[in-house]
Amino acid sequence: LAIIKCTFTFNLFYILFPQIIAFDELKTDYKNPIDQCNTLNPTIEKVKKIKRVKIAIKLVLPEYLIHFFFCVMFFCAAEWLTLCLNLPLLAYHVWRYMSRPVMSCPGLYDPTTIMNADILAFCQKEGWCKLAFYLLSFFYYLYGMIYVLVSS
Amino acid sequence: MSAPGFTNQNSYVSYGQNSTPNGGAAPPYQNGNHHVAPSPYSAPSSSAPPSQPYATLPSSASPPSNVHYNQQPFQQQHHPPYTTPGSYYGQQSYPTPPTQHSQQQQQQQPSLVPAPSGGPGPIYPIVSYPSTPGSSQYGTLSSSQSTSKHGVMPTQMGAPLHQYSPSWPASTTAVQPGYSVAPPSQLAPTVNGQGSTVHQHYDQSHRASLSYDSYGGVIHSSGGADRPPSGTPSTSVHSSPGHHQGNIIKILGYFLILSVFHSLSLPLSGGDTSSSTTGSASPVPNSYDSLEGGSYPDSMPPSNDMTNQAAPYGSYGYPSMQPDYPQGPASHTDSSPSRDPYGQSSYQQYSQVSCLRPWGGLSGVPELEVEALSPINLLLERSLLPPRPLEAPEPNLSPDLKKVNCSPQTFRCTLSSIPQNQALLNKARLPLGLLLHPFRDLQQLPVITSNTIVRCRSCRTYINPFVTFLDQRRWKCNLCYRVNDVPDEFMYNPVTRSYGEPHKRPEVQNATVEFIASSDYMLRPPQPAAYLFVLDVSHNAVESGYLKFFCESLMDNLDKLPGDTRTRVGFLTFDNTVHFYNLQEGLSQPQMLVVSDIDDIFIPSHDSLMVNLKESKELVKDLLTSLPGMFSQTKETHSALGPALQAAFKLMSPTGGRVTVFQTQLPTLGAGSLKSREDPNQRSSTKGVQHLAPATDFYKKLALDCSGQQIGVDLFLLSSQYADLASLACISKYSAGSIFYYPSFHYIHNPAQLEKFQKDLDRYLTRKIGFEAVMRIRCTKGLSIHTFHGNFFVRSTDLLSLANVNPDSAFAVQMSIDDSLADSSLACFQAALLYTSSKGKRRIRVHTLCLPVVNQLSDVYAGADVQAITCLLADMAIDRSITSSLTDARDALTNAVVDLASAYKSNVSNLQQSGLVFPAALCLFPIYILALLKQKALRTGTSTRLDERVFAMCEFKTQPLQQLMRMVHPDLYRLDNISDQGALHLNNTVIPQPHLLHLSAETLSRDGAFLMDCGNTFYLWIGKCCHDLFIRDVLGCPNYASIPTNMVSETVTVYKIHNKKKLYSTFFQYLVEDQSESASSYHEFLQHIQAMSK
Repeated sequence: LAIIKCTFTFNLFYILFPQIIAFDELKTDYKNPIDQCNTLNPTIEKVKKIKRVKIAIKLVLPEYLIHFFFCVMFFCAAEWLTLCLNLPLLAYHVWRYMSRPVMSCPGLYDPTTIMNADILAFCQKEGWCKLAFYLLSFFYYLYGMIYVLVSS
Repeated sequence: MSAPGFTNQNSYVSYGQNSTPNGGAAPPYQNGNHHVAPSPYSAPSSSAPPSQPYATLPSSASPPSNVHYNQQPFQQQHHPPYTTPGSYYGQQSYPTPPTQHSQQQQQQQPSLVPAPSGGPGPIYPIVSYPSTPGSSQYGTLSSSQSTSKHGVMPTQMGAPLHQYSPSWPASTTAVQPGYSVAPPSQLAPTVNGQGSTVHQHYDQSHRASLSYDSYGGVIHSSGGADRPPSGTPSTSVHSSPGHHQGNIIKILGYFLILSVFHSLSLPLSGGDTSSSTTGSASPVPNSYDSLEGGSYPDSMPPSNDMTNQAAPYGSYGYPSMQPDYPQGPASHTDSSPSRDPYGQSSYQQYSQVSCLRPWGGLSGVPELEVEALSPINLLLERSLLPPRPLEAPEPNLSPDLKKVNCSPQTFRCTLSSIPQNQALLNKARLPLGLLLHPFRDLQQLPVITSNTIVRCRSCRTYINPFVTFLDQRRWKCNLCYRVNDVPDEFMYNPVTRSYGEPHKRPEVQNATVEFIASSDYMLRPPQPAAYLFVLDVSHNAVESGYLKFFCESLMDNLDKLPGDTRTRVGFLTFDNTVHFYNLQEGLSQPQMLVVSDIDDIFIPSHDSLMVNLKESKELVKDLLTSLPGMFSQTKETHSALGPALQAAFKLMSPTGGRVTVFQTQLPTLGAGSLKSREDPNQRSSTKGVQHLAPATDFYKKLALDCSGQQIGVDLFLLSSQYADLASLACISKYSAGSIFYYPSFHYIHNPAQLEKFQKDLDRYLTRKIGFEAVMRIRCTKGLSIHTFHGNFFVRSTDLLSLANVNPDSAFAVQMSIDDSLADSSLACFQAALLYTSSKGKRRIRVHTLCLPVVNQLSDVYAGADVQAITCLLADMAIDRSITSSLTDARDALTNAVVDLASAYKSNVSNLQQSGLVFPAALCLFPIYILALLKQKALRTGTSTRLDERVFAMCEFKTQPLQQLMRMVHPDLYRLDNISDQGALHLNNTVIPQPHLLHLSAETLSRDGAFLMDCGNTFYLWIGKCCHDLFIRDVLGCPNYASIPTNMVSETVTVYKIHNKKKLYSTFFQYLVEDQSESASSYHEFLQHIQAMSK
């Protein structure tokens, strides 16, 4: 289980890094916010002829899902301490998603408001904080894994 | 907007003086008129034939290059007469010479006079009266209404009312006589309870034309007609019966007209000086078009004019004022004893530039700050209002910089002294931001054609008057401080035709310039102007009857639509299906194509739906004639707005352009259908208001798509029911469109709205338009843009994408200070608007504003612009009410006052005064904030329909400052005792300068008549005991009792009664200093602030 933990956290890194970079790009690189939000938000493309809904794999939602999956795993494994550490973040994710702007597709970021300095700064800060949290928990899980390996 | 003279203790004396004949601020105003004088004065008499205006019109248009130089001597000569009361009647002599001169000039350059194309068509016939002085101005202005409307406030040139005010008698007027009961909440003397209110709408965008109307209207009504029809004003002149009446009416007329006149003629710093004096002024609405057609293409002569124009700011306008300055505005300049020690020297030193703003030039002198800062205990001081509308505070700059600085009508900062760092800004508790009106109609605009547009190599700033030339070959950017080379071409000065004077180029002499851009500035070749009209033809729409009036209006204005020979138009109607019209040239009549698959909309024919207006004009006219009849029998009640918009998007995608949507009900079919969210029982709830945010993001996404394809969508909502404007507005908000809302529009039952609609539409169709626009705002290193307010899409931290740009919309920007500005003494802001004109030219309009940087909190307060602050706070409050809640937003506004009070008390005022102390510059802040809290957009407790609230919010975001301030805090004047005291004297006309009154029922009296100017509405309040003479002369009724209940329109009785009550309460809603059922009075508000700030 510990190994799984490790890999999962690693995945989260990979997801979160581009997100931070993306916001930084937005701030400095003058990238068009519509494009940027499209990469951050999952977009449902209606492919007309086939009439099938294709969900492009994008950044925000997978992160939330993986984290949620994690918490379920911890719950199953009765890792109460780890679960407690992760619950606040889970709650935050739920709250964040509930309070997202009105949108017809899943996603968090609204291209029309993202350029507001407050919101942009908040998103960036949020990214860094989460990155720090994932980093710390990664080492904690790593410690847990090694401890398990050594003791067994 | 510090009005030191008015506000501090010392000034009270002078305040009183104002009411004396030569007290007041008259001289400066007169000066304002001076500039206009040349052309107008030629009018021989007040009853000049209508043709006169036409004759003079060119003067304003023609750019005779030397005119202002010649005029300068005249002006100085003329000046003295103004200054003394005795000279009132001596004016006739002076105007003539300049007039003739300018006319000669015009004749010399007839080609420069563009035909008055564009908007003001209907206006000309109306111009009929003594206004001839102004009439040429009107001609100009009619097009450039926005200029004029802004002109008034900031310059405060003494326009007694701003220009539209004159229109009061014009249109739909509902009078309610003998209203017997004062509203219960009224604290003030009950006198007020009895009065009649004349209510009138007029189109905001048609001020100029209205002013004509009203003028005619005034006179007309004097003739006893109970309806002054705006259409027939010219005849109305003759209808005034009595000789005696004539006099009074004339005065009123003058008063009104001149106010218009004023707003035009204000010589602002760097602003639009009166057109007649400046060479390149282009009077017509679509001014750049005419410029293009006229003098500019060959760049030489125009550039001559341009450089010359620089002169008016400094040498021409201002000096003329000099003689007056000491004598004139007692209240402003002489009022404060504290100033005396310095007085004379500073006058001499600064009056060269400062004359128009009595204290402006003095701002460099410490005592100004003393005045602006003099603490005022608001609980003790009752009369804080200046006698004249406030003007923008003058930044504390050197005279050289000041005279080239951007006009406050275009570019205004909340703090005219920028704090050095964020800490200082935080300490001041004031928002830092810019209010911009970048595309407003300008009287004069230097247009520059040049192969290379000189810009900073690192930050891409356009060269501007505030750069420094290190030597002949190098200039230092004022935004990023990079040193750049001066290109060879720039060394040549086309104005003087000399080499080696880069600092004399027009770019460096004017803070507002326009460049003709090369192909480097194009992503694709300029597209033709394309207009698509999307019309609701469901049963509801037919019932409201708008279609007929729209078609008539468009038919009238078909030739005036901005554009060239490539202009394309298209029509699309929708109910539960979408109808396209094939107008291909060669068809005998328009073909209607119906698409009923609204789920998957497609375009039936690709090349024949948007057609060249010139080629298919007959077909278009056919269609417009038959359209109203085609759907008269429709029973279809559904509305498929979403699919129609999608179709419009597809139709317009290749070229971009403007989509005009007329909608009369909640969209119920297809994509973007909405449900009613308003609970009528919650309209007056004091708790938060729900549903201010859009219900769906369909319209937002579509708007973003449109914005990407350079399509701007303008929305006309003519709904009697809830139509969820909060959702619908998104389509315009993010595509840089405009929103018009006519609650309970009906062509019979609501003539006021109908008239407003027609006026709006006339202006809308003919106003200037820019396509494919982007606006970038650059600012000095260390400053950064925090948030934008307005209708646009933010593409980047400093770049706005504007699919369409129109002269009536304004923007606001919140700024933050990232790094300390200690290294520099000046902070500069540059707004560059790149757009494609309707003639297919790529142009860049550049405005640059320069402000001093200060490190003292007291300096920050001294330079605070209370009106700009109020507008910016309103924008912020509206954002807050949408993202958070209305209650939050209201609290935030109140807290802004509380914070300021405590910050000022603890940091600046060292007097241990008890009570609520504010710096004089900000003494109106609590009144304005209280007024904001009582606005439709932000009020609670008073019944407000959700759509009206949302519309008011949209207005806040997009209206320019002057307009907004008048909506928030209307100007109230007493009309029946207007005297010549302190009046302006122009030629043989007298323009009384009534004082602003406090917005309280206390100021109303039973025996008076009052005019309230709310920006887009005028109210005439007539007391029950108002003198019969006044009523007879002005309204044409023998006495109070006989004032008709409805002066303008033939409407059904039910409507009148209903409207009467509504009007009455509406009028009293504007008395913001009084208590109402749900909101506190000014005094209570102050006490609340005091309690909280302890």
